[in-house]
Amino acid sequence: MDTILLLTHAEADGSVPKAALEALSAARTLGAPVTAGVFGGTAEKAAASLAGHGIQKVLTVSGPAFAEPRYATDAAAATGLAKASGATLVVCPATSRMARVMAGVAQRLGGRIDTHVTQLVNEGGPAAIRWYYRQRIEAKLRRKERPWVLLVDPGATAAAQPEGSDAPPVEAVAVAAPEARTTVSGVRAPSSGEQTIRPDAKLLFVAGAGWTKKQPDGKPHPDRAEALILAFLRASKASLGSSKSLVDQAGEGQKVFEFMSHLNQVGQTGATPRHPKGLSTCCHGEEPHVVGWRFIRERRAVNTDANCGWARGKADVVYVADAFAVMEKVNAILAAKG
Amino acid sequence: MSFQIVVLGSVVPDPLQTLEPVATPQGPGLKNEQMLPNVLDPWAGHALYEAANLAAKTPGSKVTLLALGPKAKLQQVMMAVAQKVPFELVALDGPAGGFTDAHEVSAKLADAVKALPGLDRSKLLLFGGWESASRGAGVTLAMVGERLEIPDQFQGVDQIAPKPDGSFEVLERVEGGKHQVSVCKGAPAVLGWATGNLPEPKNNPQVGMANMRLVMPALQKAVPAAVSTGGVEFVSVQVPKAQRETRIVKDMSPEDVAKEIVAWISQD
Repeated sequence: MDTILLLTHAEADGSVPKAALEALSAARTLGAPVTAGVFGGTAEKAAASLAGHGIQKVLTVSGPAFAEPRYATDAAAATGLAKASGATLVVCPATSRMARVMAGVAQRLGGRIDTHVTQLVNEGGPAAIRWYYRQRIEAKLRRKERPWVLLVDPGATAAAQPEGSDAPPVEAVAVAAPEARTTVSGVRAPSSGEQTIRPDAKLLFVAGAGWTKKQPDGKPHPDRAEALILAFLRASKASLGSSKSLVDQAGEGQKVFEFMSHLNQVGQTGATPRHPKGLSTCCHGEEPHVVGWRFIRERRAVNTDANCGWARGKADVVYVADAFAVMEKVNAILAAKG
Repeated sequence: MSFQIVVLGSVVPDPLQTLEPVATPQGPGLKNEQMLPNVLDPWAGHALYEAANLAAKTPGSKVTLLALGPKAKLQQVMMAVAQKVPFELVALDGPAGGFTDAHEVSAKLADAVKALPGLDRSKLLLFGGWESASRGAGVTLAMVGERLEIPDQFQGVDQIAPKPDGSFEVLERVEGGKHQVSVCKGAPAVLGWATGNLPEPKNNPQVGMANMRLVMPALQKAVPAAVSTGGVEFVSVQVPKAQRETRIVKDMSPEDVAKEIVAWISQD
């Protein structure tokens, strides 16, 4: 029978990432006992927060050397925890920190790794469901090799809720920190400070290149477009996505929105965000963009072209209308609602 | 300070193509896979263009594109890619499909990197996409780096800024649309690129002519690299039903559209 290690880093404030509780929820479906492994600057708070989740034991690697999200030290800590646990299945949240190191860790463990797992299922043995070809083909797969490292995508599973069991025993694992050739100096917002990417937002608002094209008066109105989009984001708290064509304009010297960067890009070479709803504006809904909408459940689009990609079975509703006029009215209604 | 930049990247089906899985004796594959038009994997493309940009800024640097894929497909794609930026091609002739095993692929690629003539680890920057548009696992590059015992890896990279002392600053994508800023003391390092900040370079016939003098011999010398699905048992492989019943709303005033949208986004 397999044994499971839920392996995660601690956040900078010492807590467990929400995505780790989601990975725990996925791991539990396999029906095997779960040990947790936590590494970071401090791991005590994270270990304590795992009380009530039915975890048998918490292994920790902590200390100042392990505080920074950095490959060399994180890989050493994760490898040490995986070895100390003896687990055959290592389930991790696919945070940027874990995704950076776990392929290398699987290599060090002599194991195998599968990432972007959206579901774990127990069918007389563990099986993982994940996507291939940018969310176009879904596969269920099994492996005989162990240890098998599985990175569960954030947002794919509901976070595990504590059920009232005792706090698990905590055991520190000694891992020597390797020489760090990399220093992490912090986190930087890429644009003018306007927060436009909100992973937990209920709505994804996508702006396409049409916002910067010529309007019925024969002139482009990027400044007005920028004001409309920002006003909507502020009022609705939506997360901003973009088509590739719009963010690429920055590199081509065209007028672009100050708050927009490649980080906003959704689709084939961009993100595949998870939001309950998505509203597309001035975007044609071409396939390379729409593959990034795989996990958006309810989809609506505003476009002047009734034959755009969205109208061909990719959106639930397509409004054939001028997005400038519509969004101005939307913003007015939202402003009136306060 | 100069770098030896090795870019790992291969071909993927053109994203505009419809993909349908089929069972083959070698495991899952794509219907008419040999007939599908291919392109350079988009993330590998970003890595290649960033590599060329870095090499242009650091005199003495060299860019090598190491590609594992079907020789005929590589030839087809290189005709276009070679017009963009200067590089040397090293080709491995094997399958490039998404269902091949990343561990087997990484072993072949690591061996090929080790065999590069004149490889100087102290100058080596291993570039590639942080994911691909085929398997999309984001693990191959990292495992190649680990096999080469490279101690510094960065994933989701959007920028590298070299400094005179050989160190460089790296911006990596992290949660919430932000970048983690790190400074690495220098090569060797692995950088898995997200999109970067560069547009696709325009075709340059002179670059194309110079590249193609080396590309064709490299393709002729391509070493067979048999890779399989490894130890993966695919229980099911399918295209989920994605067609929606689209309601197309015409002739509604902007105000009424706005009311409907606000009502919709206000629902829980």
